[in-house]
Amino acid sequence: MNVLVCVKRVPETGGRVTLSSDAREIDTRYLGFTVSPHEECATEEAVRLIEANGGSSTVLTLGPEAASDQLRAAMAIGIDRAILLETDGQDWDPVSTSVAIVDAIRAEAAAGVSYDLLLFGNEAADSGDFQVAIRVALALGLPCINGVKSLAVKDGVATARREAGGGWEVFEVPLPAVLAVREGINLPRYPSVPGRLRAKKKEIERSVPVARLVGAMGPAAGPEKIRLRLPAETEGRVEILGTGAEAAPAVVDLLERIGVLAR
Amino acid sequence: MIITFVEHDGGRADRSSLEALTFARRLASGLGDSLGAVLFGPEAAAAAAGLGAYGVTEAHLVDDSRLDAYAPAAWGRSLAGLVGTTSPAIVLAAGTDRGQEVLAYAAAMLDTPMAANCIEVRPGEPFEVTRQRWGGSLLEEARLDGAVRFLTIAEHATQPEEAVAPSTVRVAAFSPTLSEADLRVRVVARVAPEVGKVSLADARVVVGGGRGVGGAEAFSELEELAGLLHGAVGVSRVVTSAGWRPHSQQVGQTGTRIAPDIYIACGISGAIQHIVGCKAAKTILAINTDREAPIMSRAAYAVIGDLHSVVPALSAEIRRRQAS
Repeated sequence: MNVLVCVKRVPETGGRVTLSSDAREIDTRYLGFTVSPHEECATEEAVRLIEANGGSSTVLTLGPEAASDQLRAAMAIGIDRAILLETDGQDWDPVSTSVAIVDAIRAEAAAGVSYDLLLFGNEAADSGDFQVAIRVALALGLPCINGVKSLAVKDGVATARREAGGGWEVFEVPLPAVLAVREGINLPRYPSVPGRLRAKKKEIERSVPVARLVGAMGPAAGPEKIRLRLPAETEGRVEILGTGAEAAPAVVDLLERIGVLAR
Repeated sequence: MIITFVEHDGGRADRSSLEALTFARRLASGLGDSLGAVLFGPEAAAAAAGLGAYGVTEAHLVDDSRLDAYAPAAWGRSLAGLVGTTSPAIVLAAGTDRGQEVLAYAAAMLDTPMAANCIEVRPGEPFEVTRQRWGGSLLEEARLDGAVRFLTIAEHATQPEEAVAPSTVRVAAFSPTLSEADLRVRVVARVAPEVGKVSLADARVVVGGGRGVGGAEAFSELEELAGLLHGAVGVSRVVTSAGWRPHSQQVGQTGTRIAPDIYIACGISGAIQHIVGCKAAKTILAINTDREAPIMSRAAYAVIGDLHSVVPALSAEIRRRQAS
């Protein structure tokens, strides 16, 4: 079985976000980088599938040279190969991103590598476009399941479950297929020291994708980012109801006031 | 016309779809345009009948028994087909799992962009939107191209509001043209929610636990309080990553978005990724030993102290009042 997992390098925003002076990017001078939690889980799932079924796993990203770090992090937990579609670091819109990924998968196929499963995170942590997996699947004529939080692959069929209204929806598709997974499908492992060392020595296969021009003649791409801004803060002053257990009556008064105390 | 994809259950439109319809109606009235809806499933006609209150004048019921079970690509194909015959200026949906999915399929099938989780739209040329990034902790102003503009509306960003004057809904059946490939992905089984369990997304009270809870066992204190308030327990990402609680209880950007009347955040520092999941709460009460924790700037009320003494004291006080 061959599994491809697609990830995106994003800044690790813990506390407050600040913007670059042109308001086009997050100011990342003091931030580390990672991939979305959904994609960490997609990567872990790829490693587990290969451990269980044999075969080979590949991680792919579209991003700047620095995204090699995220590819190596994936190889450190057991992904076999890495492909970098190298950009100048500008954000690519979801249409252009999916076109570049499709081109890369077709190039792999032309070189004799075909994939049984293409794994994505359900949405990128930063841009949250909710569509790249679907666009890739349609272009390649593959079935696609989004929001996957449980997966079983057997006899060439993927059975995937996703949360819906407090219960679950179950889907079944023949392979090859595209799956966009959510955090919670597994608990990703930490990389081992030997794993890190192995990943450091591995080669990263590179190519330079061609951007689909936004606003040019031909089919549209986008949405095209103009600027970023921080939402208006709704911070008010917090009212301290008390300290420790003695605050209980004041808190329960509050619960009564807002009408959530069942009698 | 503006077409809104309306999700429904039991013959009534979902709250998030009513939010999207409210957004769409304001957009349509600004443009002097009419408001249409598209609905799938066996109860579509009943749900469509209630949409006049929200200003819908035209409801398209997708008429194909193969689509009674949810089938994302086929629903998307149907919507793309409907767009072909009705030529709307804008197609929108709520930013739910299905809303994002069905619109993404339709947009991709028509080789058109889609903007997810919008909170503002500035129609015209160029057509601009403001959309949520990072689950809403950052906003992006973007230009959206396409002969038809596809966009989803961020959940909890608009209050559902009925139209001043209800409209008469003209109902039309739409028969989509589907291929076998469109029907490959469909719901083959459903697992119902546990009976009597309060769903996190719908709970009026959520008792949240973070790193400060300290371990899996101590969640019994939070469960007890949530039970007394007929609420649900929610947790931060630290808690699920540590394996203390299942991921289904995670509140935040990669978990559930909650909108309770009150969120009681216990031992939660308040990372952005968690805040975007709970900021739709009407009231936030923080219980924390750290007066300077980021959650304090989001909370309306706070108790300074160790949750392991405060939470049991709350449960005891509620019991005492319920008994009296």
